[in-house]
Amino acid sequence: MTVPQALELTVAAVVMSVGVWTIAARQTFAAVVGFVGYGLLLALVWMRIGAPDVALTEAAIGSGLTGAMLLGAAARLRASEVPMAAERPGRIVRLLAAALSATVAAALAAAIVFLPDPAPTLALAASDNAAATGLSNPVTNVLMAFRAMDTLLEKVVLLLGLVGVWSLAPNNIWGGRPGPLHHADPHGVLAFLARLLPPLGIVVGISLLWISSDYPGGAFQGGTILAAMWLLVMIAGLADAPPVSRQWLRALLWAGPAVFLAVGVGGLALGEAFLAYPVAYAKPLILAIEFAMTLTIAVTLGLLVAGPPEREPGK
Amino acid sequence: MSFALDIVTIAAVLAGAFFFLAGTVGLLRFPDALTRLHALTKADNLGLGLVVLGLLPQAGSLRGGLKLVCVWLLALVAGATVSQLIAGAARRDGPPS
Repeated sequence: MTVPQALELTVAAVVMSVGVWTIAARQTFAAVVGFVGYGLLLALVWMRIGAPDVALTEAAIGSGLTGAMLLGAAARLRASEVPMAAERPGRIVRLLAAALSATVAAALAAAIVFLPDPAPTLALAASDNAAATGLSNPVTNVLMAFRAMDTLLEKVVLLLGLVGVWSLAPNNIWGGRPGPLHHADPHGVLAFLARLLPPLGIVVGISLLWISSDYPGGAFQGGTILAAMWLLVMIAGLADAPPVSRQWLRALLWAGPAVFLAVGVGGLALGEAFLAYPVAYAKPLILAIEFAMTLTIAVTLGLLVAGPPEREPGK
Repeated sequence: MSFALDIVTIAAVLAGAFFFLAGTVGLLRFPDALTRLHALTKADNLGLGLVVLGLLPQAGSLRGGLKLVCVWLLALVAGATVSQLIAGAARRDGPPS
């Protein structure tokens, strides 16, 4: 066994153990911490098998942003945690749950074991047609051109998720400010970090978007970093979350899907098909969509983590 | 010349790995939150710093080297802030039940 192989096996074993530990952890908070660590290790695995785009997304969204959302959920559930743990489902329910989990695991294992060799792939077709868009990052090509429909629907799903979070608001504060008002020491370390980091984070977020036509990166990864900077400023108490009824906020939320749809309908009107880019303008069109998308993703993710409206707009 | 640089890399990365090991042992063995934080910051600051120092000769370009130094500086800022916040919470609320 060579040294890289030994390292791969070690990382795989650690990822599996952290996964099992996360499921077995009794406390919600501990399980969330396990989940974040699991995501970061998984990003390492994606990097090792040569998928830096997936690694970036896993680290930024799978581990970071989802981790922050789950931490918020764990904090809200803390009060009901002890009574919940005291309740124990009956033997039949537990047996059924075990049987269901084992069946799903066996089906997944079978799907992987009986994968045809070589696996069915469109990678060759994607790389053969890479020149059609003028972008050299194959992942951006697939996301923004070859499977643009999926990406468009994914953004709409994100918006629907935000609508779902907002609808948890009580009637009388519908349209109010999301989450609790954060009080932090204005001269403390958190306020210091929230002043130091955003300039750098904004540059990194925009550069991840800008380089994504040729290098790993993209609207989702860049938007996540922008959202993280916004959340940092909100949590440090430097700027309050805006009321979700603000028109400019709503405009930012639909700007990305609207530009995407407009370009798509434009492709229909110019004769080819929905979301077919005219070859000469493919790259500028894709960049325009990605810029609008990055803003929308940043605002949507920030508001998703900030939570449902909890305070009246004026407060 | 490249042989000497490789020696520097191996020595610095090994020293960094030692600090990570020591920090992890401290995290597992020390009795309370404040001392465990103390152990952890040694791994973050010195361990990662030495690893970055060792990787600098292998970076291949000035940009690559600067990026590595940026990674270390960002980890320093994040580590210092988070350990201050955790220490503050531990002092305010006492040990977690």
